This record gives sequence, C-alpha cells and structure tokens, in this order.
Amino acid sequence: MMTNRMVNGTGAALLALSGAAEAAYQWNLPAPVTRVASEIYNLHLVMMAIILVIFVGVFGVMFYSIYAHRKSVGHKAEHFHENITVEIIWAIIPFVILIAVAWPATKTILNLKDTASPDITIKATGYQWKWGYDYLKGEGEGISFLSNLSTPQDQITGNAPKGEHYLLEVDNRMVVPVGKKVRVLVTANDVIHAWMVPAFGVKQDAIPGFVRDTWFRAEKAGIYRGQCAELCGKDHGFMPIVVEVLSAEKYTAWVAEQKKKIAAAADDPNKKWNLADLKARGEKVYAANCVSCHQANGQGVKGTFPALDGSQLVNGPRGRQLEIVLNGKRGTAMAPFGKQLSDTDVAAVITFTRNSWGNKTAEVIQPSEISSARK
Amino acid sequence: MSAVIDSGHAHDEHAHGPYGGIMRWITTTNHKDIGTLYLWFSFTMFLVGGMLALGIRAELFQPGLQFWHPEFFNQLTTMHGLIMVFGAIMPAFVGFANWQVPMMIGAPDMAFARLNNWSFWLLPVGALLLVGSFFVPGGATAAGWTIYAPLSTQMGPGMDLAIFALHIMGASSIMGSINIITTILNMRAPGMTMMRVPLFVWTWLITAYLLIAVMPVLAGAITMLLTDRHFGTSFFNAAGGGDPVMFQHIFWFFGHPEVYIMILPGFGIISQVIPAFSRKPLFGYSSMVYATASIAILSFIVWAHHMFTVGMPTAGILFFMYATVLIAVPTGVKVFNWLTTMWRGSMSFETPMLFAVGFIFVFTMGGFTGLILAIMPIDIQLQDTYYVVAHFHYVLVAGSLFSLFAGFYFWVPKWTGRMYDETLGKWHFWLSMIFFNVTFFPMHFLGLAGMPRRIPDYALQFAGFNEIASIGAFGFGLSQILFLWIALKVTVLGRGETAGQRPWEGADTLEWTHLPSPAPYHSFHEQPVVR
Repeated sequence: MMTNRMVNGTGAALLALSGAAEAAYQWNLPAPVTRVASEIYNLHLVMMAIILVIFVGVFGVMFYSIYAHRKSVGHKAEHFHENITVEIIWAIIPFVILIAVAWPATKTILNLKDTASPDITIKATGYQWKWGYDYLKGEGEGISFLSNLSTPQDQITGNAPKGEHYLLEVDNRMVVPVGKKVRVLVTANDVIHAWMVPAFGVKQDAIPGFVRDTWFRAEKAGIYRGQCAELCGKDHGFMPIVVEVLSAEKYTAWVAEQKKKIAAAADDPNKKWNLADLKARGEKVYAANCVSCHQANGQGVKGTFPALDGSQLVNGPRGRQLEIVLNGKRGTAMAPFGKQLSDTDVAAVITFTRNSWGNKTAEVIQPSEISSARK
Repeated sequence: MSAVIDSGHAHDEHAHGPYGGIMRWITTTNHKDIGTLYLWFSFTMFLVGGMLALGIRAELFQPGLQFWHPEFFNQLTTMHGLIMVFGAIMPAFVGFANWQVPMMIGAPDMAFARLNNWSFWLLPVGALLLVGSFFVPGGATAAGWTIYAPLSTQMGPGMDLAIFALHIMGASSIMGSINIITTILNMRAPGMTMMRVPLFVWTWLITAYLLIAVMPVLAGAITMLLTDRHFGTSFFNAAGGGDPVMFQHIFWFFGHPEVYIMILPGFGIISQVIPAFSRKPLFGYSSMVYATASIAILSFIVWAHHMFTVGMPTAGILFFMYATVLIAVPTGVKVFNWLTTMWRGSMSFETPMLFAVGFIFVFTMGGFTGLILAIMPIDIQLQDTYYVVAHFHYVLVAGSLFSLFAGFYFWVPKWTGRMYDETLGKWHFWLSMIFFNVTFFPMHFLGLAGMPRRIPDYALQFAGFNEIASIGAFGFGLSQILFLWIALKVTVLGRGETAGQRPWEGADTLEWTHLPSPAPYHSFHEQPVVR
C-alpha cells in the first residue's frame, strides 16, 4: 500500500516544516454571503460567548478549589455531601439557558427550511466522484453539465507546485445570479454524497434515489468553494463544489454562451467515426470518468479496481463490455455510465479501451451501436 | 494487572487451583483473571488502533498524497474507528467491571463464571476477523466506522469480515452485560442496598442495560446490510424500494446510546476517584444516580442529531435539537457534583486524581462543543467536518480513555499489591494531556474553516493546523509507550513499593476496607456485612 513517493514525501515534509510560518490559519467560519449563513455565524458567536462565561465560572471554581483546598497546604476536609436546594438550582439554571439559546436557532431553522418560490431551480447530482448540475427552472433552464476536479494529478502527487485553489477548483463551475433565490435539488446517482458551500450556510446530503432540497440567495458576487461532505468512497476528497455568483447581466450572457455551446456540441448520432478520431475523444472521456479507478495505465488497483489492459472482457466480444459500461456492475463502484454519457462518448471510451495499452482489437464501436444497445 | 494467586489460604477450601501456564488463561472462570485478559486485550487493540491513527496523521501532515492511496486511507480511518470503539474502549470498561464489580459489592465472583470466560474469548476471534480483513482482496472495509449504506454495499469481502466481527463482539457484549446485571442485582453483600452500591457499580448497571437494548439493533442493521450485499434484498437500496437513510436511523438508534456506553462507566470511575483524593464523600450521590439514568433514557430519543443534514422535516429537526440540548442538564449536574465534592476537601494529586481532574476539564470542553453541534443551524456548517472529529475525540479520548487511565492507576495497587511508578505516572499524565490538546484543539478551527472529515488530502488553507495536529498525534502516541512500560513494570515485572491494604486514605469501598492487597484470587468467601 505504500506508494513509491514515500521518500519524496518525507523530504517534502521537512521542507514544509521550515515553511510552517507561511501556512494559512483560518480561525472561524468563513465570511457569510447569505442571510442564513450570517444568522448561523452570529448564533455561533453567541454560543461561544455563553460557553466562555460558563467555562470561566466552572473552572474558576475548580482551579480555586485545587489551589486552596489541598492537603499539602493543610486544608481539612469538610463532610457535607448533599444539598437538595443547590442541586435543584443547578439543574434548572442550565435548563433555562438551553431553552434561551435554542429559541433563536428555531427561527433560523424555519428560515433555512423554507425553499418556497425560488427564482431558479438547479438539480445537483452527486456521482462517484464529481457533481452534475441541471438547470431545471428559471433563467438558464435546459443547461446541464458535469463538474470535475481540475487540479492536475501532478500537484496531488507532489510533482508540481500546488496552485492557489488546490483541490477546490473545477472545470465547470455552477453559475448563479446574485440576489436571486436559488433552490438546489440535491440527489445522488450511486452512494450518499453531501453538497456543501460554507459561505452560503448550506449543507445537504445527496441521497441516491431521493431528492432533497435546500436554498440560498447570495448577496455578493464572487466565487465560493466547498467540498463533498459525506464519505463516498475513494475520491471523496476530490470532488469539490465551486459556485460562481455573477451580476444579472453577466449571468444572462453566461446563459447565452452555454446555449450556444450546447447547440454546437450536439453530436450527429449517425455519424460514422474513424478509429483515430474516436480514440482521441475516448481518451478525454476516460480521463474524466475512468482514470481514478482504472488508472491512466489501465492497470487498475490490484484487488480493488480491475485492470483493463489485457483484460479478457475488454479484448473479448464487445457486447459484455457495452453492457457493463452502460449499466454498471452491482455491488462495486462501477457506475452505470449510460445515464451520464452520450452515445458518442460511450462509443468513444469503449473504442479507446479496446485500442490502448496492450489492447489491440482495432475495433471501432460506432455511436449507433450504443443507441441500439440501450434499446 | 496480573492477578496474584493466593496460595496461602485459598487452597484449604478449594481442592484444586487454576491450571498453570496458558491453560490457566484459556480455561479461567475467575473474574480477576478474566478482567486481566480484558484489560490486556483492550490495551493491545488500543495500540493497534493508535498505529492506524498515526498512519492517518502522517498522511495529513501536509497537503498532497505522500504515503497512502486514498482507498487505503479510507481503510485506515474506518478501521481506526471500529478497533478503538469495539476493540479498545468497550472491552477495557468490561475489564474494569470484571475486576471491580464483585469486589465492590462483596461478591465472590461474577454470577455466570463460565459465560464470563466465553464472553472474553469471543473477543480475540472478532479482533482477528477485523484486523485480518486488511489482508483479503480489496483490503479492509473503507466505508467509515458508521458503514453507511449504500457505500458499504460496494465494499469487498473486508466488509463481510467486519460484519461478522461486529456480530461476534456484539454477542460478547450482550453476554457480558447479562452477567454484570445478574451479579449486581443478586450478589450484593447483606446491607448493600441499591442506594448504597458505589457509583461505579451503578453506572455499569445502567450501561449494561443500554448494551442489551442496542447491540441487537446494530446486529439487525448489519444483518440487513449483509443480505443487501449478498442475497439481493433492497433494505437500503432505493431502486428496490428501500431507503439509504433508514440505515442511518437504525445505526444511530444503536450509535447514540453506544457513545454513552463508552462514557458512563468512565463517569463511574471518576466518581470513585474524586472523593477518594478529596478525602470527602461524593456530593449528591442520589442525584448522580438519577442523572446517569436520565442520560441513559435521553440517549434513546436523540439519535437523529447525527443526521441533521439528511433533510428531515422541520418538526423532526426541532424535536431532536431540543431533546439533545436537554442532555446537557444531567451532564451538568454530574460536573457540578464532582466540583462540589472537591470543594473544601483535602485534596492531593497523585496520578489517578490528575487524570480525574484532567478528565473533568477536557470532557467538559467536549460537552461544550457537543452543545454547539446540537444547535442545528450551526451543525449545518459543522456536520461531517473536523469540528465533529475534535468533539468526539474530546469526549472519547479525554473522556473515556482518561477515565480508564485514572481507574488503572487507582486500582492497580489493589490488583497487584504494588504501587505503580508515581513519577512516571505523572509524566504520563502531563504528556498525554498536553499532546492530546495539541492534536485535537486545532481540529476545531479546521472544522469551522470547513475541512471535511475522512479526506486524505486537503486544500492549502487547512495546512497550518493539520501540521500541528499531526505533530501532537505522534507525541500522544509515544506517550502511550510510556504507559505500556509503567503497566508492565507494576504488573508483569512486579516492581514497585508494596502497597498496603488501603494505600489511598480516602478510598472507602469494600475492596479497600475488607480485602488485602493484592486482592486474593478468591475474595469474599464469607460475605461481608455492610452497615
């Protein structure tokens, strides 16, 4: 299990130690940009103040007692061991304090659960290990894309210096307009994920087979970052959430641009592809969807993720491979990619795997085969 | 911790003593021997779990992937949790119960001596399955100690081994609990009424009921998981009409009482140690008993506060939030009672007392963060972040583990007839206390800043505090090697000053007042009478 980077790692660790002074230290919740998030921020401050007072009171008494009532300073023990009045009082006081702090929290709960009458509704779907966004209602309706981690592998393995937004950057950001109520329908495709953006005060588990919702109204344009917050397997730490909040005009421009892209990207399902073109496209699809388990060299991870290089399945009749890519494999992390990828992308990635590394079938799988396999 | 065979007077009544050598331990039905087995077993598992923790902290020392693949990192976090909860903390408290409960109530042994042997010997089997799962194809389960479906249905055979291990360890816990309850209810010395038994015994009685109530619930959840994995059922699979969230409800219906199972006996130990070293009776004995019982009852109606982000209806959120903050009332009563016991006492600070006071200090901090997490809107920000990791280590390490240390130093003179090394004991306390806080205090800030749990690599803004936490973790780990030496020295090597019958002048329970040190292999042939 030890990676061959261990030696580099320890060297780098020593370097990092010397540079510790430069490391960032964030002490509190991030600066809130929604009303719910500021209410939470303030609730936390109030709680901390109350706790601090209790802390000083309780431990002031304890440390005074430790100082004054020691045997070594000759203090003689008294023998009282019961006082009903005192005991009732210190059960009631915390009770009152607790109700007093829970009450303002109740109002915030009612607020954060109120997802009614949104301006824009977006569905966020958790996949192992990326997010998908579908703009369902409001300005931008019909836009749909996947959002993958864009930090290069070299930065993760320590072969390249880490960028400013290391692990918190994606290829396609979720984009929303400022000041509009955005309702997010959260669901998942495979296992439970959680959609979290701390600056918005939003965290909602994404549960496969169920749709939950949450909302936010960002008050300031900017880029806000979060991460998947529920353990979802191997790359749980590598599926960030990035939301870009734009002014109304810029948002409209973004929507127009996306619509154009969608029109341009639509593939002709009956196009006949040649091997080189389809393989090149498949390589990109592989890099975005398959590489984290099956690895860039097609060797997989022994015992966990099967190798594709030299695999009987990949080199044998294509029907079985088609079925697994489209429908996934029950009881493993192999997802049903038929739900996420277009016919052309599925055809491309299968063609790529059948003609890469040691695999030399020279077969070209056309998109039309995929659409007929889907029936 | 090795029990001493009292050849002098035990043998005239008993025709045969225990077997010699290894057979003594395999066939033993003696509560002291079995207690010793439990304690060594749990300490071994504690070291194994600690090694896994250091594997985690080594990877998190700096950003980037240095040592492990992400999949193996997830195995480390999962197995660290499972081993510490089921292998270290729970058996350690059962070990204390075995040694202390009969002596403290004036009973000669546990009620079901053979069952007692069986409950212990199931544990190494479970532990073998659990640790062995690292070596099966695909490695150990990597679904987190909470083994949430449907992630856990994706796992390899390591998951099945873990399920079997939990079943076996659960069976062991249930048998142990039956034994403890029966012993406490039936075998008290004449005059030892229920409202006179030492608080440690009370807390274990309540804990044993909790165990009997919730271990079968866990067994049910993991059995459903097993059939989902292998027999095509769909309890937790929406496509087949099931619900992944149902697993969480069932799991936490077990899981929340479970966290009290891991702390209530600790409360009991602290309630023995504080009065002994304050040379003053425990303040508010009966309110302590009622507070323990209230905590146990409340623990059954707060489980969904672990699930505030699954998207519960508002009414559900409000119920679970208000019920949860209520737990602070009986817990507060306990802390106030301990402080009042110390108040105007005549305190001395030997190692057990240091750990007990340290326990109150850090456990209360864990209680405070628990209160913050109970406020649902704040929990929205902190759920599944390092804040939660900080919180539960404050209550489980600084709570359960420190109370176990306090109990060990307190009772080891009675068990072995020798005093532990006081200087080293104090070193052990201060090193543990300091490194514990260096490790876990910064995690509060990481959580507030939004660093999720269970990630092998993190964004650069989290680098500073992670570095500090990793340094602290290695310090804490090394400090426990010191404890291993202290324990070996006083038990196996038998070195240390001879302890009298009652080395702590404030200790007044039966094992101190009626039994010599070391306690004879068979104690209380004749029932003591308590007045």
